[in-house]
Amino acid sequence: MKRSRFPFVITVVILFFFYLPIIILVINSFNASRFGSGWQGFSLRWYVRLFHEPEIWRATRNSLIIAFSATALALVLGTTAALALYRFAQSRLQRFHYTLIYTPLVVPEILMGISLLMFFVAAQIRLGLSTIFLAHVTFCISFVAMVVLARLQDFDYAIVEAAQDLGAGWWATTRKVLLPLLLPGLIAGGLLAFTLSIDDFVITFFVAGPGSTTLPIRIYSMIKYGSPPLINALSTILLIITFGAVVMSQRISRVKS
Amino acid sequence: MPVKIETRKKIQEWLISFPSVFWLCLFFVIPTLFVFAIAFRSSNPYGGISAGWTLDNLRHLADPNYLVVAWRTVWISVLTTVICIFLAVPAGYYLARISSKWRNLFLMLIIIPFWTNFLIRIFAWKSLLHPEGLIKRLLVFLGLVSPQASLLYNPGAVVLVSVYTFLPFTILPIYAAAEKFDFELLEAARDLGARPFQAFRKIFIPGIRTGLVTAILFVLIPALGSYVIPDIVGGPTSELIGNKIAQRVFVDRDLPQASVLSVVLVLSVLAPLIVVLFLQRKRGKAEVMLLED
Repeated sequence: MKRSRFPFVITVVILFFFYLPIIILVINSFNASRFGSGWQGFSLRWYVRLFHEPEIWRATRNSLIIAFSATALALVLGTTAALALYRFAQSRLQRFHYTLIYTPLVVPEILMGISLLMFFVAAQIRLGLSTIFLAHVTFCISFVAMVVLARLQDFDYAIVEAAQDLGAGWWATTRKVLLPLLLPGLIAGGLLAFTLSIDDFVITFFVAGPGSTTLPIRIYSMIKYGSPPLINALSTILLIITFGAVVMSQRISRVKS
Repeated sequence: MPVKIETRKKIQEWLISFPSVFWLCLFFVIPTLFVFAIAFRSSNPYGGISAGWTLDNLRHLADPNYLVVAWRTVWISVLTTVICIFLAVPAGYYLARISSKWRNLFLMLIIIPFWTNFLIRIFAWKSLLHPEGLIKRLLVFLGLVSPQASLLYNPGAVVLVSVYTFLPFTILPIYAAAEKFDFELLEAARDLGARPFQAFRKIFIPGIRTGLVTAILFVLIPALGSYVIPDIVGGPTSELIGNKIAQRVFVDRDLPQASVLSVVLVLSVLAPLIVVLFLQRKRGKAEVMLLED
């Protein structure tokens, strides 16, 4: 049967559409011209300038503090949630629990941002790094729970019961059987939570206070008021880190499977 | 004793569910209820919330300015969804039919932009569409637009960048559904005399229905709540409801008015979800009826 070439053409057009802006941005980051209106020779001046911007470094530090701490707590809460959803699947509590985990995934970010802002204002909690941390844990839990739950559904829980039958206590079963089996899910969930936390702008912008600038908030104000070549250079560095992380996580998952 | 085991199991369940249930009730359910409550409060001059209840905020919704913004939010979101689906269906079909080696490469190429920072992707388009940017100069060179025309700060730019941002979320569920589709059905339809497009439309499209519904919701819901894209590439003539919420919060410091607008947004997001649930239930009934026949 002769197949239409149309789907192939559309797919190639989509990939071109996806990468065109990114490639132009990377090229422009090495452009000596200030306005990017034409090629004026290869230059690293924007990268050099970037290293002399203390605010970017401060924002990066804030972002990393929040991403690491929010990921750690979200991993604990998301994993216990996944275990509960898996073990007690049919109970009434777990149906409510599942709705609770699932809804934040479909709610637009701006609604979560504004509701947390209202809550913090009403509870008179001062906005700052701590409120950003609380918000990030909240939206990361659902993603971790979904990834870990998918992993749990893939393996035979009888192994855990067998360990208990053979006399392993609660702690030994968790540490020697459950955790090693869940490890790929925990790594995948943790990476996802970390990326979501470090990239989040909308929710963070609502709950951030003075002096708690994160990297996306800094990028936003640079886009609105700053100099474009600096953002090009910063974006290129972030793109390289992202590509590296994606390739690495692909490697990990390939080794595991 | 069975009763004791049952109780122990119940306690175990509560213990292991407690941390996440408690956290999400405190930081998700209660804050959402706050939005609904604050919608009926008035603001105080210090940007806070004053005591006492009022319906004033609701009355402000009748402002014709808001109606224009609401209508624009709907048409920009629907147009974005339609374009995404038209691009994602052929792409999902193609990905499901190629060899796994090529498929993995293409899937990875589609996922990578989704991992890159969302602000950076929007900024990349802003510089492309900029008066000095590549696309503008190319279009002027080809004589397609006048040198005075602006490609930025209009609803078209918002739709373009929204499609760019949400397209990966549409391709993946459609591909996942297409992968499970039995392509021999298409050949059977062809053998029975269907034209290629007819077979595609009448056999393939219904076959990937669940993927299509997921894909539509994955674009429509975030598009309705979109705020950063119109803020960066849109101008005053392309503000959406999300921008109005942000303005009430950051510019006017009128939290009650922002709450009312958020309630409107919640309802507009619930509308497509309810339609989907309703259709699914109706289908379920129709299938039961077919079985009874």
